[in-house]
Amino acid sequence: MTRHRGRGIASINYPIGMNLGGDPSQALVHSNPSGKFTVALSSIDLGQGMKSVTRQICAETLGVPVEDVYVDTADSDTGPHCMGSFASRGTHRVGNAVMAAAREARGVMMEAAAEELEVNAADLETDGRGNIHVKGAPHRSISTKDVAIAAQFRQGKTISGRGIFLVPLSNVDPETGEMSPATCYAHACLVAEVDVDDETGEVAMVRMDSAYELGRALNPRLVEQQLVGGAWMGVSHALYETPEPYYPEPIHGPRDFVEYLMPGPGDICPHDIAVLERPAPDGPFGAKGPGEMCANPVLPAVANAIFNAVGVRIDDLPITPEKVLRAIRAQGGARPQARR
Amino acid sequence: MSKIPLQFRHNGRDVAIFVDGGTNLLVALRELIGDMTPKFGCGQGGCGTCSVLIDGELHLSCLTLAETVAGRSIETLDGMKQGPNLHPLQRAFADNFAAQCGYCTPGMLMAAKALLDRNPSPTRDEVIEAISGNICRCTGYEPIINAILAAAGGRASA
Repeated sequence: MTRHRGRGIASINYPIGMNLGGDPSQALVHSNPSGKFTVALSSIDLGQGMKSVTRQICAETLGVPVEDVYVDTADSDTGPHCMGSFASRGTHRVGNAVMAAAREARGVMMEAAAEELEVNAADLETDGRGNIHVKGAPHRSISTKDVAIAAQFRQGKTISGRGIFLVPLSNVDPETGEMSPATCYAHACLVAEVDVDDETGEVAMVRMDSAYELGRALNPRLVEQQLVGGAWMGVSHALYETPEPYYPEPIHGPRDFVEYLMPGPGDICPHDIAVLERPAPDGPFGAKGPGEMCANPVLPAVANAIFNAVGVRIDDLPITPEKVLRAIRAQGGARPQARR
Repeated sequence: MSKIPLQFRHNGRDVAIFVDGGTNLLVALRELIGDMTPKFGCGQGGCGTCSVLIDGELHLSCLTLAETVAGRSIETLDGMKQGPNLHPLQRAFADNFAAQCGYCTPGMLMAAKALLDRNPSPTRDEVIEAISGNICRCTGYEPIINAILAAAGGRASA
């Protein structure tokens, strides 16, 4: 038995969002009489941090502290329409919708503040700490709370805003075959190092090194968290997960968590990540979004690493020990390739 | 079916309930006591998100017959917080971004507490071993391992 070390690389060009009948998301932002803001969405936070990111985007656009914004998600009865949290579209599509809604709400808030301070709204600015003051004259100031109270009880105004972001459907040009299915692309490159056991066919992850270019990272820790975790979903797709591992009979497939293979804490390896920020022109504050791209480069990189280690090219996922072993036997033994 | 009277300590408080024969501890905690912190994942001991401590020892509540905990002391995540203050493990999980969707988190925290209660300065391998019965889909485990080590005062990675 020999364990062969192999290294594989993969790069991806990843479109943000999708192109099936247009890709819209809506957001509504309104102020409560307390001066706090609510963002209504029907988009879903699956744990990826969409609530945090849309909260940041709303607060930044309004010019108020992030603590003053509450994001209410995932109710398609009461929230405005969203296509959903998939295709890495959350930050980009929903974020843009929130930005548009917050911009409109900010306009009303500044008008209401201008009326209270008896100045022109164009002469006002927010301090990001919950106050609005005259540019160059911080003492001519009113809190967003007092503006909200004035708008609600004296001026009879709703400090609110509507936002939609739509990437229209791009049809294929019948003459040229051209289309523009996405407005922005994220990029990644990942190097995977594996050990392949030529007696058992088992593949063990040794380490991963990656670089992700995903526009501006609006919340760097959330981005890192998503990349670290998402890479393991990629490893899982590459090596473990399938509803039918023991072909040809589906009856031998897993029925539950006990039989469905996923990596455990003992299977993980070091993963060094570099995040490169190249703001997207049409992204909210330049963001694209990591999303599914976290997992995507891992699969081809692992397949390439296995080829580098033992010389077998497996194009059927997941790359189970059985497939590796059959392929090694078919070629008459492991054939380690040149180290890269 | 006749009900069985059952008394035990739940996070330091005596509780008395009536359970059907065959009721598992997870159902008793969630549906009869109203402690929703132990989660139902697989119902067969494969995922670890229902983990609780029984007399300080880590157990899967979905595989534990409720009747067997009579007179014993059950700890769940609901009892981990000390008043308004987060437990050091909870604080470390937050600081190290050790949760995304959060479904595995109660079980991870209980497994971590069981470890640190008996071994306050675990090695990385001991941490991995301690949470190896718990599945996490989102984090890739690394932030969870780092959080537990940080809470133990070991290698912090915040």
